Amino acid sequence: MQISAERLTSKLKELLSSGEVARVLGWQKGEFEEDLTPAVFESVDELEKGFVFNEYCGANLSKYLIKASKGEGKIAVILKPCDNYSFVQLQKEHRINRENVYAIGLPCDGMKGIDGEKLAKCKTCKSLSEEAFSFIDCDEVLEAETPASCTSAEIDRFDEVAKLEAMTPEERYEFWQNELSRCIRCNACRNVCPACSCEKCVFDNPDLARNKAVADSFEENLFHVIRSFHVAGRCTDCGECSRVCPEHIPLHLLNRKYMKDINDLYGDFQAGADLETRAPLTDFTKEDAEPSVIYERGGNEQ
Amino acid sequence: MQINENNVNASVEKKEWVPTIVAFCCNWCSYAGADLSGTNRLSYPANVKIIRIPCSCRLNPMFILRAFQRGADGVILCGCHPGDCHYTTGNYYARRRMTLLFSMLDYLGIEKERTRVEWVSAAEGAKFAKTMNEFAETITKLGENRRLEDLRCKSALKD
Repeated sequence: MQISAERLTSKLKELLSSGEVARVLGWQKGEFEEDLTPAVFESVDELEKGFVFNEYCGANLSKYLIKASKGEGKIAVILKPCDNYSFVQLQKEHRINRENVYAIGLPCDGMKGIDGEKLAKCKTCKSLSEEAFSFIDCDEVLEAETPASCTSAEIDRFDEVAKLEAMTPEERYEFWQNELSRCIRCNACRNVCPACSCEKCVFDNPDLARNKAVADSFEENLFHVIRSFHVAGRCTDCGECSRVCPEHIPLHLLNRKYMKDINDLYGDFQAGADLETRAPLTDFTKEDAEPSVIYERGGNEQ
Repeated sequence: MQINENNVNASVEKKEWVPTIVAFCCNWCSYAGADLSGTNRLSYPANVKIIRIPCSCRLNPMFILRAFQRGADGVILCGCHPGDCHYTTGNYYARRRMTLLFSMLDYLGIEKERTRVEWVSAAEGAKFAKTMNEFAETITKLGENRRLEDLRCKSALKD
């Protein structure tokens, strides 16, 4: 890690005790040491007892601001580069009360998962592949104490997508049925996703047969096609969906496919990179590609 | 009624399969175009079911997936030509949406010829009939929709 836990904790204690912020949104120990969960700390006492910062802090804290920024007084939040994009995107969508947030930018060179391995999302970190990453719209950015242990992303984040695109439709169908058949509709991906913040989710419809136990392969497909479509153009590629999936379904491959298509068809776009650009699906040009373009692209013709 | 061999055979005999095609047509251009093809007595297959929507932009990706779930073998969206949308810009958004959605369906291995977008104006009755005939032929060649089917929506014996 590039910032020591002591330094971060003392910074947060300083903010709380000086009264500049009323609450802190950070991480606390979950079931295990390696299983940290987001938590709100209301006092220095709570912070000292519960706050944990180590290399298992993969959780993206920005989504919790939707509710947390509505209270009285400011809330301090710790944003890693991947979380920063989600924070900006949520602001653009007017889901966060920005005046109530004290955003602290935290340089990061990778976090680990419960298995002790570097998180998959950290291998394609955007802060490393950019020329000079700078935090967007943060009230304070902490200086790194140690240089980053890696200087560039290990793999290009669209490599796996391109590999799937090169397969035949039958191979792709088999691959995805294999993956999606494990879905138990726990809805963890939806619950953790910062882009999935609808107060009434389309999948919470009580008229649907069920929104939990999956009865047919169609429902597994439906949930993932529709959810990835709903976040298309707004997904910041924070990687949380794949991280929390209990069945280890590579959900990031669905979202990255949309990103790749948007980059190819409508120009390079990164959600949450700034506060002005319109999301690709709420924008158009008169010269957009026709839908028939997909007949010419993609995998082998049959 | 006597149960004899002829009766039993007749009840289990399956008719030759024809595809079920759902056509979402925008109210202002393509639905009028469909109407015109009818007025001109241009025939297109009876298994094309038209669903009228106010604008092609109204088409939610859920509709397409639900159509496949409930037995459609092909789904086509017809709208005004880009630039001529009755609501000025609806079909521009629909164009982006459908391109991305169809690309995702292809990525999941669903045959890309099962979905299509066609811009048909109110004066293009002939084009509407031709498009529907072509699409029905394509879907007949592709066969029944298996990859996006839902067994719960299938009846035990097709009549």
